[in-house]
Amino acid sequence: MSDEPGLLTVEGICKSFIGFKALDGVDFTIRPGEVHALLGENGAGKSTLIKVLTGVHQPDAGTIKIDGQAVHVRDTQHAQHLGIGTVYQEVNLLPDMSVADNLYIGRQPMRFGFIDRKRMEKQARELLAQYDLHLDVSSDLSRYSVAVQQLVAIARAVDMSGRILVLDEPTASLDRHETEILFAILRRLRARGLGIVFITHFLDQVYEICDRVTVLRNGKLAGSALTTELPKLELVSLMLGRTLAVATHNTRRDRPPAQIKQFSFDKLGRSRSIAPFDLEIGEGEVIGMAGLLGSGRTETAKVLFGIDPADTGQIRINGNPVVIRTPQEAVANGFGLCPEDRKSDGIIGDLSVRENIALALQAQRGWLKRLSSREQVALADKFVKALDIRTTDIEKPIKFLSGGNQQKVILARWLATNPRFLILDEPTRGIDVGAHAEIITLINQLCDDGMALLVISSEIDEIVAYSTRVVVLRDRAHRGELSGDDITTSNIMRMIAAEPQGAPA
Amino acid sequence: MKRLNTASLTKALPQLLSLLIILFLNYLAFPGFFEIRLQDGRLFGSLIDVLNRGAPVIILAIGMTAVIASRGVDLSVGAVMAVSGALAATMTVSGYPLPIVILTALGAGLVCGLWNGLLVAYFDLQPIVATLILMVAGRGVAQLITEGSIVTFNEPGLIYFGTGSFAGIPMPILIAALLLVAAIAVVRRTALGLLIESIGVNRSASSYAGLNSKMLLLVIYGFCGFCAALAGIIIAADIRGADANNAGLWLELDAILAVVIGGTSLFGGRFSILMSALGAIIIQAMNTGILLSGFPPEYNLILKALVIIVILLAQSFTSLGGWAFLKAEFRSKGTNGQ
Repeated sequence: MSDEPGLLTVEGICKSFIGFKALDGVDFTIRPGEVHALLGENGAGKSTLIKVLTGVHQPDAGTIKIDGQAVHVRDTQHAQHLGIGTVYQEVNLLPDMSVADNLYIGRQPMRFGFIDRKRMEKQARELLAQYDLHLDVSSDLSRYSVAVQQLVAIARAVDMSGRILVLDEPTASLDRHETEILFAILRRLRARGLGIVFITHFLDQVYEICDRVTVLRNGKLAGSALTTELPKLELVSLMLGRTLAVATHNTRRDRPPAQIKQFSFDKLGRSRSIAPFDLEIGEGEVIGMAGLLGSGRTETAKVLFGIDPADTGQIRINGNPVVIRTPQEAVANGFGLCPEDRKSDGIIGDLSVRENIALALQAQRGWLKRLSSREQVALADKFVKALDIRTTDIEKPIKFLSGGNQQKVILARWLATNPRFLILDEPTRGIDVGAHAEIITLINQLCDDGMALLVISSEIDEIVAYSTRVVVLRDRAHRGELSGDDITTSNIMRMIAAEPQGAPA
Repeated sequence: MKRLNTASLTKALPQLLSLLIILFLNYLAFPGFFEIRLQDGRLFGSLIDVLNRGAPVIILAIGMTAVIASRGVDLSVGAVMAVSGALAATMTVSGYPLPIVILTALGAGLVCGLWNGLLVAYFDLQPIVATLILMVAGRGVAQLITEGSIVTFNEPGLIYFGTGSFAGIPMPILIAALLLVAAIAVVRRTALGLLIESIGVNRSASSYAGLNSKMLLLVIYGFCGFCAALAGIIIAADIRGADANNAGLWLELDAILAVVIGGTSLFGGRFSILMSALGAIIIQAMNTGILLSGFPPEYNLILKALVIIVILLAQSFTSLGGWAFLKAEFRSKGTNGQ
């Protein structure tokens, strides 16, 4: 296989931005009929490499060859013409237009100078049928789930380009089932001889679907190998350039569970959102919350934090009933929430790292008691150091930081308010391995410092690693709780899949 | 600190340059433009006139800046001016004492603004639609108050707000300056600036961070309505009457324009009240200049549009780092030449 000529070969690519070398002599080869994982921490140069391949950036040095012929990719349209199609992480489709429009926009079949809607929709149906997708192609794309939208984007990219498909974190917002559908389609495209570049943060998926792995680190090629010849641990150390130090054994579970549950939620629920549930949590506890996407995890967080306030049930803190109907009331009671959708609910993109960190504390103090510039700078400096937030300047707009560093800023925002109960909704989603490990270490630290934490995550290994108790959700209801030695990956998976737990004793 | 000042000065460069050029053109058209004289204890002159005539739009722009920074817009300010002017005039004619008249007119503006805020914050209407309601209805309300006629008055107390002066400075300028200083002080001394920018950039994330974004929006729109009422009183006092049909007509557009010229993005976020006021002065300097030059007033709007295009282009050039680029180009050319 390795002797086969590359479909697309990149040799010695260099790309610098002002004072910063994003790519430094990178070689990369995609062969026909392979899924090729492109890995690396954020800032390693993955995005830049993809942007060079797709003509967004022009390389400073190096060559790009397609079928052995050197090409100069002028722009994105030229890249499509050369057969390179891309689906970005945030699907760049038009939600308010029909599925068929999205598939054929810019190249609609015409008749008498008008779009031949009938023919376009017929073609769209046929195209999607190849993917076993049977949608109403005349209805708005936004009616369908993100997963379906992703598949539509893939169908469009393959149809337009047809030789090389670049997928930038396609599974970041998919649940397990949706991921499997996507993988089935990728296998089919692979069988058709497409070269597929697959960028992801999920290492399991690399081993599930990818034939070959290329790892970038600090703009340089760290290594490239067949997946079968590269053990996971080696892959991780390639990515990090060091060995990963995350304790997989959960020592906290050996301690007796917290006796006093300061926070108790009694039959809390919200109609059409989450069925009434009971939850108790004490200081120094981490409750892991597992379940598929849409199982009610985020809904639980929103009810607890007063974003979508509960319509039934009661909240007690240290035995005293409290009312939480708005985030302000939640914050006043010492709650904090790092939301799942970092971009739309977390960061204030145009504002600086400093302002983003100060925001929750400022909101809590009220508008009259302004944190002085000096206090804000001190706060930001403190957390940039404590959480190792990588930014050139605390005055940099947060939108220019990588996902992992944005997440740390949001965490800092809450830690600045000194919360007693912190809810983290998918704190490690879409961030690189290094930041991932740091956030898990932080969760453990906060818990040791006596904070009560509720952590929602799709990564079950992760939940097993830090939780003192685990709540499993299914179909918008809390279905069960695991504690102590019962917290294992297989038990959680069984509860999610609604199978009887362990052996029927 | 020094670096910060030069940075903000570079940012304001297109506006300041525009103003200087417009003032210079005014001077060419009317050589006496820069003359200022003291007469009967009051300052007179074209420059003073620019500020005096510009005061209502400066006041509107101060309120509008907060609204636009919150990613909104208030189309109703012109109509609210008509309402407050109508109230002030009719109540004065009916013999109410001045303090009651002023407070009622200002209060009415505040209520109008709060209504807008209610629609935007609590009923989630798009600001442009929400304020369009009052833009149309407000003028109707004003007409009801004046019963369809132009209400004139001769109460010296009220007239003082339009044509009076204090320490030589015409009242409209004084009021606008005081409001400007107060608004900037409030934004700087409290956290309001940060909170407004925050909801302007991302309202959802701001709510998640514990900001009471609804209440904040209510306050912002309320303040904008208050500013509009103030401007309405000044204009009514100036012409000694309330014309429900024409008072403040189209001024909402001048106010929005002033904010945009001042560099606040219509997409919300970073704002500068001082720069908005500068924007309002630029607009008025243009209006005055065209009048002084003896051009037929028909050209006014077209000329205004041209100047605005130039200013906006210069602005986007600056924000893209164009000046620094040119400087570097110039320098490298210079060294090459040697």
